[in-house]
Amino acid sequence: MNEDSPARLALEGITKRFPGVVANDDVSFKVPGGRIHALLGENGAGKSTLVKIIYGVQQADEGTIRWQGDPVHIADPKAARALGIGMVFQHFSLFEAMTVLENIALGIDHVADRKSLTTRIVEVSRAYGLPLDPEREVHTLSVGERQRIEIVRCLLQQPRLLIMDEPTSVLTPQEVERLFETLRQLAAEGCSILYISHKLDEIKALCTSATIMRGGRVVGTCDPAVETAQSMAQQMIGAALARPQRRAAARGSDHEGRARLSIEGLNLAAAGPFGTTLHDLSLDVRSGEIVGIAGVAGNGQSELFEAISGERLLERADTLRLDGTAAGRSGPGRRRDLGLCTVPEERNGHAAVPDMSLTENAYLSARQRRHLARGLVLRKSAARGFARSVIERFDVRTTGPAAAARSLSGGNLQKYVVGREVLQDPGILVVAQPTWGVDAGAAAAIHQALLDLAAAGGAVLVISQDLDELLVLTDRLAVIDRGRLSPPMPTADASLEEIGLLMGGLHGMAAHDPHADVGSAAHA
Amino acid sequence: MPRFEPRPEIDRVVLYTTPLLAVALTVVAGFFIFLAIGKDPLLTLYHFFISPVRDLYGLSELGVKAAPLILIATGLALGFRANVWNIGAEGQLTMGAIAGGGIALLFWNQEGFWILPLMCLAGIAGGMAYAAIPAFLKTRFGVNEILVSLMLTYVATLFLSVLVYGPWKDPQGFNFPQTRMFSASAQLPIILEYTRLHIGALVALAVAVAAWVIMSHTLIGLQIRTVGQAPRAAAFAGFDRNRTIWACLLASGGLAGLAGLFEVAGPIGQLIPILTPGYGFTAIIVAFLGRLHPIGIIFAGLLMALSYIGGENAQVEVGLPQAVTGVFQGLLLFFLLATDFLTRYRLRRPAAGTSRADARA
Repeated sequence: MNEDSPARLALEGITKRFPGVVANDDVSFKVPGGRIHALLGENGAGKSTLVKIIYGVQQADEGTIRWQGDPVHIADPKAARALGIGMVFQHFSLFEAMTVLENIALGIDHVADRKSLTTRIVEVSRAYGLPLDPEREVHTLSVGERQRIEIVRCLLQQPRLLIMDEPTSVLTPQEVERLFETLRQLAAEGCSILYISHKLDEIKALCTSATIMRGGRVVGTCDPAVETAQSMAQQMIGAALARPQRRAAARGSDHEGRARLSIEGLNLAAAGPFGTTLHDLSLDVRSGEIVGIAGVAGNGQSELFEAISGERLLERADTLRLDGTAAGRSGPGRRRDLGLCTVPEERNGHAAVPDMSLTENAYLSARQRRHLARGLVLRKSAARGFARSVIERFDVRTTGPAAAARSLSGGNLQKYVVGREVLQDPGILVVAQPTWGVDAGAAAAIHQALLDLAAAGGAVLVISQDLDELLVLTDRLAVIDRGRLSPPMPTADASLEEIGLLMGGLHGMAAHDPHADVGSAAHA
Repeated sequence: MPRFEPRPEIDRVVLYTTPLLAVALTVVAGFFIFLAIGKDPLLTLYHFFISPVRDLYGLSELGVKAAPLILIATGLALGFRANVWNIGAEGQLTMGAIAGGGIALLFWNQEGFWILPLMCLAGIAGGMAYAAIPAFLKTRFGVNEILVSLMLTYVATLFLSVLVYGPWKDPQGFNFPQTRMFSASAQLPIILEYTRLHIGALVALAVAVAAWVIMSHTLIGLQIRTVGQAPRAAAFAGFDRNRTIWACLLASGGLAGLAGLFEVAGPIGQLIPILTPGYGFTAIIVAFLGRLHPIGIIFAGLLMALSYIGGENAQVEVGLPQAVTGVFQGLLLFFLLATDFLTRYRLRRPAAGTSRADARA
């Protein structure tokens, strides 16, 4: 690993253009053998495009990729794997109804017979502390366990470079720590790791070198060990970051405020075979407070959201009360009249219709509270005006209200759909993943808007997988795990470890018996 | 090599010019087909597209044929926008004709200003009732409406045959499979003397304009489009999916039923085993050719009507086989779908100076 030997991977002047945007602009850096190298940047900085080029999913318009010093052309992922490059994607590509073994067999290039593959899976998962039962069906597994499948699938091919794209965004703190041990072990054996993240603490803990990207370009390289999170953030964002301000006075006076959103004994059957059933959920959100719901994705968050928003009706009206009015049997329209506004997690196709203009998208949720229709007739100028005010107040970068929702970047569309609800002055606001894919500046603006809404007497419920966000934002915090909600605790008193255990801790980490009850194993 | 790449946004100019391009390509393809079957291509094209509409009578016939197409396609387009695929307009048309025609036969030889409106209502109700079957099965059991509505078409035409070969057969009709001719009170008023152009043509225009207003200026139109484009966003907005499915199927069924009634109370004047040359299916092409836009549908309906008249005319004038009409309509749909590709993708030549990455490939 001396400086003379060629780097495992070297990029020279990689450029990739998409219609209207340069995703990568003359990007160059090297990853030596056995090094854990971070690729650091905001969402939209071009990290994902770059690793897709390295893994052969996309082709660079210009530039050279060198592998062990030799220029290579990586035509497709198969070619990448043949070189010894493995990748764990942010979004898994697993078949829910198939077993772990079948999923792994589908994803590797040289399939051995079932028996020897099973043996190898067990060997690899033992060696790297990634317990997996090859016969389990994927839909019964937690997100952390699913990620293990992807990692084991890569490791079976004995990679010389492992690319991990935002691997921790779906893990509990305990699972993150366990993953890091695995990665360190791999690096010690000589495998290089390209680790993509925007979480600075993780990078400080794990990586020995880092390339920082912004707007498709490399803006710096550093040694994360000697940098502070603050200094890396500044390079990543290109400016100092404004922290959201709490308005202590307003919330102090209203801390024992009345419950504006109140859920009592909510049971809801899973919508499909891979959904989550909600069991006996109870929660109050009071005037002036922000309550957070933490949890690993797929533990009932979307079911809970739809139960509150009215997209799924409840069995009893009085299970859900909005400012005291029983609303469990009312649809989304009636609930909006009662003061509830909601922001779904998925922007495209749920919070907004991609092919419709921003003006038309305003009607979806604001037509009642902002009087955008007279009877059945659309009030187009009113809708246009409302859309324009959202664009201005939330600094949405777009050509105007007539722009199609799909033409906005993810972060800008997120600002629009959050702004659309906040500007309706809701008494109760429920937001899922408020800052998913949003850059730091916009995230701060969205957080500020939520804080202001609470300070003005609103009740805000934030459902998020981003623990950092919840810790900054919320007054009280509850954890959802397999359809059950923990009693909320004051955020100030919450410890990361405690939250992590409530989130399921080390899901399925009872290493030697994969069938052991994961819940009790985590607490043992 | 030039490559196709996705357009960042759909260009409106392209969106509305591709149908014209499809028409042009159809004409070009027709030129070579006529050449291949040994006809003078230019003369045949003239008899197909121009000579049928050189006089007022020809133009009125265009209206007679276009009216049902526009009426049906307008209804279908509402559903298509909502991802509700009613393929059985032909069956709903038939049921509308039976229901409305039944009223005409019930009050045969009677007079009354109310007979015709009653027939229209019965026609609409007949089409709606028949479209209610796929609507019920889809909303209740999740049955695919394409299959149900399509298969019910054959049931409807067979039912019509049962009636006209059996109980409704004209007693003085020399055993021909047809009903009595409707009486004067049960026939549509003609709006242009010495032609067959009836009031249904005006109704079709009015319906198309009304549909345009509904689609672009009301919550109903927004709801239909939202349900079609993003069902989860529709649920978020509080738009009821099942209600939308019902509304779209009832509207398209009702309009098809009305079109069927107009045929039997207008040009035909009685019930016969085969009512139309497949208007219910051709209307699907009309709806797409018109970009599911009511005003586009008016033009598309006129064009498809011309293909019917032109086909007949070319048959008479230059001895073209009747099947050529179907070939033409098929070609038009084919080219339309092909050029549709251009609305989503654009042709891009590689940048000058081949990139290094490509050079190694």
